Amino acid sequence: MPYIANTDADRAEMFKVIGCRDFAGMWAAAQVNSPAPALEGLPNGMSEAELLEYFQQLSQRNAGVINFLGGGFYDHLIPSAVDTVISRSEFYTSYTPYQPEASQGTLQAIYEYQSSMARLTGMDVVNASLYDGGSAVYEAALMAMRVTRKKQLIISEAVSPVYRTMLKSYAANQPLEIIEIPLNVGDTDSNLKAILAAINDQTAAVIVQYPNFLGTVEVWDQLIEQTKKMKALSIAVCYPTSLALLRSPGEIGFDIAIGEGQCLGMALNCGGPYLGFIASSSNYMRKLPGRIVGRTVDKDGKSGFVLTLQAREQHIRRESAMSNICSNENLCALTAVVYLTLTGEKGLTEIAEQNAAKALFARDLLVKLPGVKSVGKSVFFNEFVIELPVAADEVVAQLLERGYAAGIPLGTHYPGREKQLLIAVTEKRTRVEIIGLVKALEEIL
Amino acid sequence: MKLIFDKGRDGRRAYRAPICDVPMASAIPDEMRRTISAQLPEVTELDAVRHFTNLSRKNFGVDSHFYPLGSCTMKYNPKSHETIARMAGFTDQHPWLGQLPGGEKLSQGTLETLYRQERFLSELLGFAETTLQPMAGANGEFTGVMLIAAYFKARGETQRTVMLIPDAAHGTNPASAIQAGFTCREVASDSEGNVDLDDLAAKLGDDVAGLMLTCPNTVGMFDRNVEKICAMVHDAGGLCYCDGANANAIIGRVRPGDLGFDVMHVNVHKTFSTPHGGGGPGAGPVGVVERLRAFLPVPRVVQGTDGSYTLESNHPQSIGKMAPFYGNFGVLIRSCAYMLMLGRVGMIRVSENAVLNANYLRVKLAPYYDQKITRMCMHECVFSATRQVVNGVHALDIAKALIDRGIHPPTIYFPLIIPEALMIEPTETESKETMDEFVDAMIEIAELAETDPVSLQDAPITMPVRRMDETQAARKPDLAAK
Repeated sequence: MPYIANTDADRAEMFKVIGCRDFAGMWAAAQVNSPAPALEGLPNGMSEAELLEYFQQLSQRNAGVINFLGGGFYDHLIPSAVDTVISRSEFYTSYTPYQPEASQGTLQAIYEYQSSMARLTGMDVVNASLYDGGSAVYEAALMAMRVTRKKQLIISEAVSPVYRTMLKSYAANQPLEIIEIPLNVGDTDSNLKAILAAINDQTAAVIVQYPNFLGTVEVWDQLIEQTKKMKALSIAVCYPTSLALLRSPGEIGFDIAIGEGQCLGMALNCGGPYLGFIASSSNYMRKLPGRIVGRTVDKDGKSGFVLTLQAREQHIRRESAMSNICSNENLCALTAVVYLTLTGEKGLTEIAEQNAAKALFARDLLVKLPGVKSVGKSVFFNEFVIELPVAADEVVAQLLERGYAAGIPLGTHYPGREKQLLIAVTEKRTRVEIIGLVKALEEIL
Repeated sequence: MKLIFDKGRDGRRAYRAPICDVPMASAIPDEMRRTISAQLPEVTELDAVRHFTNLSRKNFGVDSHFYPLGSCTMKYNPKSHETIARMAGFTDQHPWLGQLPGGEKLSQGTLETLYRQERFLSELLGFAETTLQPMAGANGEFTGVMLIAAYFKARGETQRTVMLIPDAAHGTNPASAIQAGFTCREVASDSEGNVDLDDLAAKLGDDVAGLMLTCPNTVGMFDRNVEKICAMVHDAGGLCYCDGANANAIIGRVRPGDLGFDVMHVNVHKTFSTPHGGGGPGAGPVGVVERLRAFLPVPRVVQGTDGSYTLESNHPQSIGKMAPFYGNFGVLIRSCAYMLMLGRVGMIRVSENAVLNANYLRVKLAPYYDQKITRMCMHECVFSATRQVVNGVHALDIAKALIDRGIHPPTIYFPLIIPEALMIEPTETESKETMDEFVDAMIEIAELAETDPVSLQDAPITMPVRRMDETQAARKPDLAAK
């Protein structure tokens, strides 16, 4: 079923117009002369009914589990109206708003996204979005190099191991010196002392995560002070939901805030699409990568929106562009602004409070189990680390069989933490589910 | 239209969290709490839905308008694929689950979707293996050139630091090559957008890592020398990258791997019908020949002898991760559905009809607009508004006049090698009647360019806004509501 409109009769008329007898003649005239491939490995097509049936069955081969997984991606509730809006085909079947007069819907929505994210992060400007949190780390690192003209990047190991891997992959051929600051195995904080000691006058930027990958919320005043002193930029990888409760990166004084916006109304979706965001103080606005929407007026003086500051971008600057990005995660940014509009500040705060309360409730029950200990004395939002009496890998595998995705075993990413488990609890988890996890773990241990 | 921040009033609510069934308490002390309000909107659910619904009505989309935007392949997005993408078994799956011990066997639905699509694309495009990780076309280009860089590094040919890029290339090609650490050297194109073979020969050398070539080219033509070009680059020790932005013209008819390309990205939001979403999310799978396989991003999905799927990360030469997990799964499941629905025979029907439609427009509009190239094109045809410019009507004016006639404009001012370019790509999903209406509108505009150019320079007049002051937007940036 190839969704082709024209009939044989249409094609006959069209062939006459273009002066060919058939497709073979058309290809020859277009100078496509190689024989058509056999494509024997490809299957025959399906009807819509067969296709739906196939995927329905396939979706059931993904097990439903009760999620205590976080690690940068969170199982939050999503208001129904989010899908209603993003299912408007005027939004999802349009493309890049190159023609502003025919794209004011997308453009205004993205301006409102930029505004909402600026308010939530406490920063001045936000771009129209990036692919995901990991690519945002890379883009922020390059932006810091452009701003400071320095090449050394300090990154805490409490920044997501996924993001650090992506940063190293993306920057493999960039003249960027990446210094990773290790953590202390018995703690969950970023090892601020070591970060401060590493900052020097060659440092372009310091990247930390807030709350960090291990769930811990830290105080950054000394970091801000030291980076300012050394003319380096401070960059925070943030979790937007937590910012309803926590001091915003702008309030703290970070130069750039980046992160993953999946928590703002996007499904977990086996790995994407997600939403990278990048926000900065207005000083660095012309160094931002990617698309940006601005408000202006039309020739009659009426307010409206356009893509702006395009002199930074690849279609104008080609090899001198700030980035090679030529799109954004537009529908995901739309999702985020609709989500933030529906929750409002009060709703988001309520959600965030529940995350914090449920995580604390779970942590307190878990550490009462024999042999289970809390790791780190610090403050957490909705994610925390516990230490088990046995290897976390085995416990996780056994709990999966009981229907609980209990958390992320940390040993793979942090050698020495083989018994540690990173557990996230969102507002979606109920008391019954939390107690169920605790009981299941008790039975295993 | 008012901003959402200017609607509603304090105390209005659209969404509430469920009643909290644990004691309200938290580990966060007061001094770490936010003191400055985030000032998000306070509206009802109706306010929010009405606001965004009304915004959507200010957009042109494929479902509502003919959208012949050249090089963007704005084909119809089948609705069954939307249903599939929303199946809870997929949307609810946490990305970390597959990576947990014992998690793969609980993720077989995800892994089979990825595996089948990978195999389909590799066979369709003629490659040994395809990575689905890149999160957009430009991200795919970047991945592709990173693979080339890793290949030469592994061979110790570190002197190969130059990427050849035709002057007709999309801007993302040089930008991606730079991100991968290459310097760019431009290769001249002829008037059909084809590579100038003499200039290519002059630019090749042992410092050249490869050539990034769009096939069909950015002018919508199939370069008959493409096999010779690949051979020349190979003879000089380089690799050939195929920019698959225009793959809709060739799927099922030509396999770039057979032509001699070593690595290629495709934009699933173009060729494989996933919605463009107003500018993303997309996905940009990258196919490679055998010699580049070792460098592909990890994890890779493999099928065991028992038919089950697992993730494999033990590839020491891998370039690493281009996406946090497996790529934009929610996009890739739609393209997988499209491939399985169309199957082997459907693929060539797509390219045949896409090319036929473009040529139909090429011939029908030829009496009214100038063409640099008059022979059979591929999936898009390019005109030049040079005849209209004489009367002060530019490509931009023609574009705006089309908006007033309920048609999304073609791509304008690209390719750069054609002055006043109008690049038109109807795609295979549009009917002859729709194209005839477009032709009528274009003829009317061509006539107005002679008789009443001011009416075109004034367009659009039927839209919520008229032409925007882009200079002011850039000079005094207003990027967020205060």
